[in-house]
Amino acid sequence: MPEATFLDANELVINMGPQHPATHGVLRVKLKLDGERVLGTECIIGYLHRGVEKIAENRTYAQFTPYVDRMDYCAAVTNGMGYVEAVEKLLGVEIPPRAQYTRMILAELQRIASHLLWLGTHALDIGAMTPVFYTFREREEILKIFEEYCGARLTTHAFRIGGLQYDLYDGFEREVVKFCDYFLPKIDEYEQLLTKNRIWINRTRNIGIISGEDAIALGVTGPVLRGSGVKWDIRKAQPYEAYDKVEFDVPIGEHGDTYDRYIVRMAEMRQSVRIIRQCVERLAPGPIFGKVGKVIKPPVGEVYHSIEAPKGELGYYVVSDGTVNPYRVRVRPPSLINLQALDIMSKGHLIADIVAIIGTIDIVLGEVDR
Amino acid sequence: MLDATIKFVFATPLLLALIKILIVFAVLSGIVAYLVLMERKVLAFMQARLGPMRVGPWGLLQPVADGIKLLIKEDIIPAGADEWLFLLAPAISIFAAFTVFAVVPFAGNFVVTDINIGLLFILAVSSLGIYGIILGGWASNSHYPLLGALRSSAQLVSYEVAAGMALVGVLLISNSLSMVDMVNRQLSMRVWNVFLQPLAFVIYVIAAVAETNRNPFDLPEAESELTAGFHTEYSGFRFALYFMAEYTNMVLVSCIAVTLFLGGWLRPFASFTALDFLKFTPIVAFLGAAAFVLWLGLKSGVALERYFFMALAAGFVVLAIPLLYPPVLNAIQGIFWFGAKVLVFLYAFIWYRATFPRYRYDQLMDVGWRWMIPLAMANLVVTAVGIYYWPWLKALLSRWV
Amino acid sequence: MADEKKEPPKAAEGAGSPAQKSVEEGGGASPQAKPDAAAPSKPPAPAGVGGGAPGEPAKPPAAAPPKPPTAAAPKPAAPAAKAPIKPEPWSNPLLDELQKRFPGAISEAVIFRNMPSMNVAKEHLVAVCQFLKGAEGGAYTLLTDETAADYPKREKRFDVIYHLYSFEKNNRLRLRVQVSAEEKVPSVTGVWPTANWLEREIYDMFGVVYEGHPDLKRILMPDEWVGHPLRKDYDILKQDEAWVKANLGIKSGQ
Repeated sequence: MPEATFLDANELVINMGPQHPATHGVLRVKLKLDGERVLGTECIIGYLHRGVEKIAENRTYAQFTPYVDRMDYCAAVTNGMGYVEAVEKLLGVEIPPRAQYTRMILAELQRIASHLLWLGTHALDIGAMTPVFYTFREREEILKIFEEYCGARLTTHAFRIGGLQYDLYDGFEREVVKFCDYFLPKIDEYEQLLTKNRIWINRTRNIGIISGEDAIALGVTGPVLRGSGVKWDIRKAQPYEAYDKVEFDVPIGEHGDTYDRYIVRMAEMRQSVRIIRQCVERLAPGPIFGKVGKVIKPPVGEVYHSIEAPKGELGYYVVSDGTVNPYRVRVRPPSLINLQALDIMSKGHLIADIVAIIGTIDIVLGEVDR
Repeated sequence: MLDATIKFVFATPLLLALIKILIVFAVLSGIVAYLVLMERKVLAFMQARLGPMRVGPWGLLQPVADGIKLLIKEDIIPAGADEWLFLLAPAISIFAAFTVFAVVPFAGNFVVTDINIGLLFILAVSSLGIYGIILGGWASNSHYPLLGALRSSAQLVSYEVAAGMALVGVLLISNSLSMVDMVNRQLSMRVWNVFLQPLAFVIYVIAAVAETNRNPFDLPEAESELTAGFHTEYSGFRFALYFMAEYTNMVLVSCIAVTLFLGGWLRPFASFTALDFLKFTPIVAFLGAAAFVLWLGLKSGVALERYFFMALAAGFVVLAIPLLYPPVLNAIQGIFWFGAKVLVFLYAFIWYRATFPRYRYDQLMDVGWRWMIPLAMANLVVTAVGIYYWPWLKALLSRWV
Repeated sequence: MADEKKEPPKAAEGAGSPAQKSVEEGGGASPQAKPDAAAPSKPPAPAGVGGGAPGEPAKPPAAAPPKPPTAAAPKPAAPAAKAPIKPEPWSNPLLDELQKRFPGAISEAVIFRNMPSMNVAKEHLVAVCQFLKGAEGGAYTLLTDETAADYPKREKRFDVIYHLYSFEKNNRLRLRVQVSAEEKVPSVTGVWPTANWLEREIYDMFGVVYEGHPDLKRILMPDEWVGHPLRKDYDILKQDEAWVKANLGIKSGQ
């Protein structure tokens, strides 16, 4: 926001955060208000900046893998997937199908878990205090599967460069299918509570509208872009792993408001279940690691690889100089770039809507600040 | 000796009233305290969790713990706050909430005082509670509580209008402002007012939820908004007073709704003597509760819990025994049905809190002024016209039926 | 697009492990001055590459799978045979068009692991970006990312990288602008508003100053911080001790 307007006497500048129950992390938002209407917002970030990209230059490729989980800590599996795929692209390594399908299953489970967390907290911000308990109950089941697979619930470090460290445990397929069967009716439950509820519709319809062109101009990706009607999903456009071998739909919204983004994310959860079921069917015994040497020294070069993380396009730009440490690792954080759209989405709304809009963009400060 | 005392008490109205007041006050305080616990437990069960479980068996002593905690907290008065008003504000709130119970008829023969302008008294005195909110926000000398207080009081005033208008519909039918008369009218008309004035009932219930600052109308005190509400600066016992005032208000509006719309202390189909067997419901209820508690106890694996539940079941059975004695049963009818209906209302309050998202402030005012009030006014007009032409309609119908 | 798969495994620096499929080749990034190994590897380079002499430093070895940039769905690794890993010179009608409109602006267009990249001279940057964003230029309407890398041994130490994506053609493109520490880079916020915070971050982390940016100030580090953390000469343990002492009251490094 240009500095001059802050001095206007008719306007009030209110500060939200960095400690605030609804900003989903340490985010500071300066709101410029005219009465209760928001004229503009300015985000101040960096409270959680840990210098992950600098650290990458001082670790080997494999040593850096656990660090990426800590960025978007609500969806660690997909973070790891993006990074190891980027390095594998640099190396030119091909992953065996069993590893590919396993990665896809875990990534889609993580997508469901991330969306469940989003749903619970978003509903809580808007005042519906019950869905959060239900979504966390379902999330618990997913985290149990993660824990049994790789030992950790949240920062999983599930993948390695070249494939998987651990093969699937006995009963993995059975538990995953059981979860899918258990979970689908739960989505109906959440929809029953919220989708047709008049108060929910009043609080989310026409709130935080962003058009498709504005979204593309601002680089917004993920469910926010799809809510505005742009049918683009990296899993379909530039498939990685084996996403081109499974069938799924890409839900889109129409108006680009909060309600459409809610519908898109709910539909995405259903599609994730569909993908998981197909992957489980295609799992076949086989190796889980590609041909990667003990020491990972990619050829000199640079690569940019991106995946469809639950929050948007998560990209990794890895530059190698031929040594065991990466020369530069750049993470393209979907939350940061989506957060830029907050200003345009919140113009003209009331303060009470800001909370809903921040929730609907679905940010995680670990990813925004890295 | 006892006989003479009782005669004396009944002969001295003031003494009788004092005793009734004491009873109402004591029982009400207990109910409000346990209403807080009931809310936490019911909310928890709806949210797939258990609620308070630590203090006392199944958390039943939680209100005691909360009360003690609030009483022994440090008394903080913000610097620059208007001390006198700061102390007065919660007192006004709780005063208004409790005073109205003077005219609520809990049973046919138990009302502290049945003044002939009961309904007017209720509306007037409960509106005084708004002063408590405004003064509390003002006296806190901080702009967030002030904003919250202003919002809250604006909301309350708006919904008072809607509630009042809805109640006037009932007034038109009952032809009297006295609360006891309202119930007796329902008895003589052989139908509860809710069937004659369904729209007024709905409007009143929604307005009641808004009056008590409950979800979905609780924006002024929601934590995830910028303003934390008028009671931000209050702590300790003063906060407890506000808290109690809110829950007392909840009980109050439930009692009013029950009295005016749902037949007060009357049992369902009170005028149909064929259904007199329904008067045994209290016995059935107590024994049923005993059976349920016993089942819970037998299901439990913890010995202490099992004994507790068995003791509780035994307690219920013991309570049911005097009911087998007809005079006692007849005496208990009124309060039993009244209590059961109020309980249903309170459960509904808690149910709304668990289910609905919150209205934004402008949407809340929109609902109040653009929907509730016009509908209430329309209801009034239709009712008035209906009453005026009722004899003519009745004659017309009786000719055809 | 040449589809070259041959290469005498020329162990460049330290390419120790035999198991490694990728073979080191010359043309490393800046730290290694490279004898250019490009010469033997590349057959008559499709000459469309203006000035992009293979073997220029900072051009990494290219990969094999010859997918034309307009195809969708690149696989991360094609099951190639012993493919030499080098950047291949990239030719494309788009490149020709660019050469025509902005003579001298584009150099070194190569493709590696399926992603084409080209160097753009900073004077023509905004114009080239405008063109690329338009329908004739390939409709690269999405600026996926803008970042930078530091090669202190080079004279123009900073590489400012732009990753573009076109929805219609479903392909990606990388632009590179090389600047020295004293030069200013024109801002592309007028072309893609995404660049706003991204350029702030580059300014914050590297110290690259942008011209024409609406609000260039630090974004992740505190406003008064001295130093640009992602530069190679900024040691990982280093901190702005004055700031830490003034604001946190502790001795730095704890």
